Amino acid sequence: MTVQKQNKSGDGVIDENLRRVYEEAVEEGIPDRFKSLLEQLKQQDNDQGRSQ
Amino acid sequence: MSAPDVAADPRDELVEHLPAMRAFAISLTRNGAIADDMVQDTLVKAWTNIDKFQVGTNMRAWLFTILRNTYYSSRRKAKREVSDVDGIFTESLAEKPAHDGHLQMNDFRVALAKLKDEQREALLLIGALGFSYEEAAETCGVAVGTIKSRTNRARKQLAELMGLNENEAMEMTDDATMSVLSASKVSSF
Repeated sequence: MTVQKQNKSGDGVIDENLRRVYEEAVEEGIPDRFKSLLEQLKQQDNDQGRSQ
Repeated sequence: MSAPDVAADPRDELVEHLPAMRAFAISLTRNGAIADDMVQDTLVKAWTNIDKFQVGTNMRAWLFTILRNTYYSSRRKAKREVSDVDGIFTESLAEKPAHDGHLQMNDFRVALAKLKDEQREALLLIGALGFSYEEAAETCGVAVGTIKSRTNRARKQLAELMGLNENEAMEMTDDATMSVLSASKVSSF
């Protein structure tokens, strides 16, 4: 893999860990409630006859 | 990625940004319940205020602005004692058996939790999400120089907390250490 911006090793270690913390959170996936919320919002708009 | 298209509803793009929004919220708050509430509020606000989004501009930055504003305003209003939660969280992390690569990762999480929210936020946007200083500054509503100094201070503090002081960092630039370092990184992926 290519590591970006690794000019200083201290920063490299920190960035590596930051990305890992973030990636682990991404890998948790998305709870269904968010997709159903989006569908609900869409439905509401349709019901109100809002034209886009 | 997507060319400006009059017919396309930008709200259809929201779902694509969900994983990044939630991961950012979790990384910022270290609390899944608070993070999910933030994401939910942000989705509703983005949906109902989509006319304020300029098609063709960076939707992720726009969403993150709403997301972080939601967090800081609820933090002000509710005055949640997040620091107490942090204390428990930090302790439980520190008690985990520390071996192999987990040692460094746990140390890092503990250190990251000790940063001020504004510093952790800037560092996450720059270091984990690959925002430019300009994008991060716009997202946080501050000057570019403020983002730079926040990330610099955050890096410095993390390095100190993790025992990556400047002398050690210098020593680690020697070829042998770097090869060990990169080998261990590769194996952890």
